[in-house]
Amino acid sequence: MKRQEKQKDERKAKKGIIRDLIILGIFLAITVILLIEFPDKREPVIATSWDFFLEMILILPAVMVLLGLFAVFVPKNMVVKYLGKTSGIKGIFLAILIGALPTGPLYIAFPIAATLLKKGARISNIILFLSAWACIKIPQELVELQFLGLQFMVTRLILTVIFVIIMALIIEWIMKWSENKGGVKNAV
Amino acid sequence: MDATVIVINTIAIISFLIALLKDKEKAKKSLLVAGKSFIRILPMMFIIIIVIGLLLGFVPPEQISKFIGKQSGIWGVLLVGIVGTFMFIPALLSFPLAASLLESGASVTAVAAFITTLTMIGVVTLPLEIKELGKKMALLRNGLSFVIAIIIAFIMGAIL
Repeated sequence: MKRQEKQKDERKAKKGIIRDLIILGIFLAITVILLIEFPDKREPVIATSWDFFLEMILILPAVMVLLGLFAVFVPKNMVVKYLGKTSGIKGIFLAILIGALPTGPLYIAFPIAATLLKKGARISNIILFLSAWACIKIPQELVELQFLGLQFMVTRLILTVIFVIIMALIIEWIMKWSENKGGVKNAV
Repeated sequence: MDATVIVINTIAIISFLIALLKDKEKAKKSLLVAGKSFIRILPMMFIIIIVIGLLLGFVPPEQISKFIGKQSGIWGVLLVGIVGTFMFIPALLSFPLAASLLESGASVTAVAAFITTLTMIGVVTLPLEIKELGKKMALLRNGLSFVIAIIIAFIMGAIL
């Protein structure tokens, strides 16, 4: 069962990479045509791309190593184990911390959040977990630091944490409020 | 080579050494995962690099700043915010793209809105989110995330 899933994942990854390569080919062709048509743009375009290539290639391998370490050393079921019951301020910070640790795109986190929901975890904690997963990752912050600078990265991080907490509480309040309303209606 | 590059690489090396001491097998597996993800992201990285080159080479900064610069106001910010929600690229690659926009005349507000909506909101993955979490919660999360992304963006624009 597990092996089948793994194979399916790998096939999916292969399909994705082929799609990206095709898009890359199209972009390369467009660029070559543009640069032949406009020879005076050759120098600025190539110089800019080269600069960004260097900046990325100097940090991406390190970022990938960090992502790999998180992926292997932080077990996925840890999330459910720790977030199932905690609440209050401790729950808020735990939800953010636990969301910020594992890696992978956001859609991987949806089934985990669904499990949490079924286990009766607080809605605010689930929203916090998802938001942290989406945008408070350590390797991600490091890349932001590299390209946008310390001031930008820290300001955005602090503001994001504050507003994500507010949002989580609002969503929980709305969900509970609409449930109660539904409950009353059903009772009548 | 600038300080950030050295810091990031040092963190990665130290973390890996600690992992190696803790569990050799798992550390090796991490490297394998890292290698695979790196190869997986490479084509998209080159696409982004080409887009950045074309953007900075062909689109005059006046054009970019007209649409999403300081004077463009709320509409420009909403526009990039919406573009961010529809884009389905790894968050890691949104930062160089954002940096290139900033370099070519976009405002801090617009760039912050772009990154925040891109990482937090996924229109492409919304059907999956609805399936797993229910319509109400998924729509609330994505909708309110957009609102706070715009608020965060304007505060950033005011501070920085």
